[in-house]
Amino acid sequence: MSPRRELEPEFASYYGRPILKEPTWEARDIAGYLFAGGLAGASSAIAAAAQLTGRPALARVSRIGAVGGLGFSVVALVHDLGRPARFVNMLRVAKPTSPMSVGSWLLAGYGPLAGAALLSDLTGIARPAGYAAGVGAGVLGAGVATYTSALFADTAVPAWHEGRHELPFLFAGSAVCAASGFALIGSPTAQVAPLRTLAVGGAALELSMSARMPRSAGLAGETFGLGRAGALMRSARVATAVGALGAGVLGGRSRAVAAASGLALLAGSALTRFGIFEAGRLSTQDPKYVVVPQRERLAQQDREAATVG
Amino acid sequence: MTKVDLGMPRMGFFTDTTVCIGCKACEVACKEWNAVPAKPLNLTGESFDNTSGLTADSWRHVAFIEKTVPAPGDDGAKDVKWLMSSDVCKHCTHAACLDVCPTGSLFRTEFGTVVVQQDICNGCGYCVSACPYGVIDQREDDGRVFKCTMCYDRIGDGGEPACAKACPTDSIQYGELDLLRDKASRRVAELHAQGLTDARLYGQSPDDGVGGTGAFFLLLDEPETYGLPPDPVVTTRDLPGMWRRTAVAAATLLAGVAVSFAGARR
Repeated sequence: MSPRRELEPEFASYYGRPILKEPTWEARDIAGYLFAGGLAGASSAIAAAAQLTGRPALARVSRIGAVGGLGFSVVALVHDLGRPARFVNMLRVAKPTSPMSVGSWLLAGYGPLAGAALLSDLTGIARPAGYAAGVGAGVLGAGVATYTSALFADTAVPAWHEGRHELPFLFAGSAVCAASGFALIGSPTAQVAPLRTLAVGGAALELSMSARMPRSAGLAGETFGLGRAGALMRSARVATAVGALGAGVLGGRSRAVAAASGLALLAGSALTRFGIFEAGRLSTQDPKYVVVPQRERLAQQDREAATVG
Repeated sequence: MTKVDLGMPRMGFFTDTTVCIGCKACEVACKEWNAVPAKPLNLTGESFDNTSGLTADSWRHVAFIEKTVPAPGDDGAKDVKWLMSSDVCKHCTHAACLDVCPTGSLFRTEFGTVVVQQDICNGCGYCVSACPYGVIDQREDDGRVFKCTMCYDRIGDGGEPACAKACPTDSIQYGELDLLRDKASRRVAELHAQGLTDARLYGQSPDDGVGGTGAFFLLLDEPETYGLPPDPVVTTRDLPGMWRRTAVAAATLLAGVAVSFAGARR
């Protein structure tokens, strides 16, 4: 093979205008929600595990992380609506074909459980019920942290749709990083041992998926490395790796190192979400991400038809 | 995929671009009838097109393409060939906008068309990112999404949509989709016989990625030349796989937490 770069494939367009509409969503609201929802959901899972294994301080910190993330999520989601006053229409129907509908119902079930778990923990009222609510929130939390991958993948946005194989695992890893990062900042050193394992595992998942996605997403995969999206994704990888390394190697010894690692993990998770959001937007702006892969698909079908015929 | 029986004929648009003269009467009639807000004139320099695309405030859009072609004769001179086409919402058989709408605002009418119920839409914008044609759009000062309704009010009263009514050359034809598809196939055969081998139908096949469209077109060039995607798909087609992977990812998350806590030192 010659080292020559392949020429840009030629394609026709209408005055170079985009075919797709850019997402109407604000990055602050929706990328912010991906991060906060991930933080909330995974924090509830951590809180439930901490409760069951007798780590009450860690459980409380994670419950605070869950409710904090949830609070931000709800405000961001309502704020991003074109008609915020009509947010309750989200619960007008239940549609499995709409990840946003599924997510609304998930949040409607998860929110009160996460809230009740924290309230019971802080006030000491109805502790057994609070524990049960916490376990329920932990299970639903895993759904809250990951359903957003289906929400993004089920769009015509090339980078998001073509990244559909990795997105669920990338989001799961990113959510685990955020939640273990938050808990590392607030928990006593004696109780953080499981978080260190979890942070390393979450980071490994996030980093491996974030490395694989640009390759498996075809032409649109290049948007994960371009411009602002590329800068965000690269910073995310550095922050996540630093955070995981800090938490995994030194996090058990020093509270300060654990907190700094936690901050880096949180930053890495947030940067990943903003990077993915930005890459999606980029992939709608240039018609080549629509035309070229679809042309290739048609050509492939023609070749297959020719072989069969 | 299953075919939904509407109990009455599915209605549609057949836009035959070979007879479009670029008068934009469809754009004007649509705006008039549907009370779609006007936009300040923006001179794009892109031939006669200053609408530029379908938006919340433009439900018909006439594209103008000046294609350079060899002039008649053998002297190698160039000439310009006009391509004009009135674009519109495709009213897909498998409509992504309708699939993903979380409020049920978007719905399938008894005519097989796809319409937004404006009193329900909460402006979440999911349909905008779901549409593989980039049709449906949010009106910024209003917050809700808008698109062609195929004049639901007019056709419900036995009339034809305003654009089809106003079209002076019958480039835009409204009618029963099955009949329009037959008519379009005959028209293509006729054009091929006349030597216009570039003539092709777009959106007419029920086997395409959206199950065929309720508004389909006879084009004289590749779809992308007109700003149309060459092989659009409804992404909800892949949703079962996405849900499966999401469930596996959620289970991985829970398993990871369980293993980390179970294996940790006290």
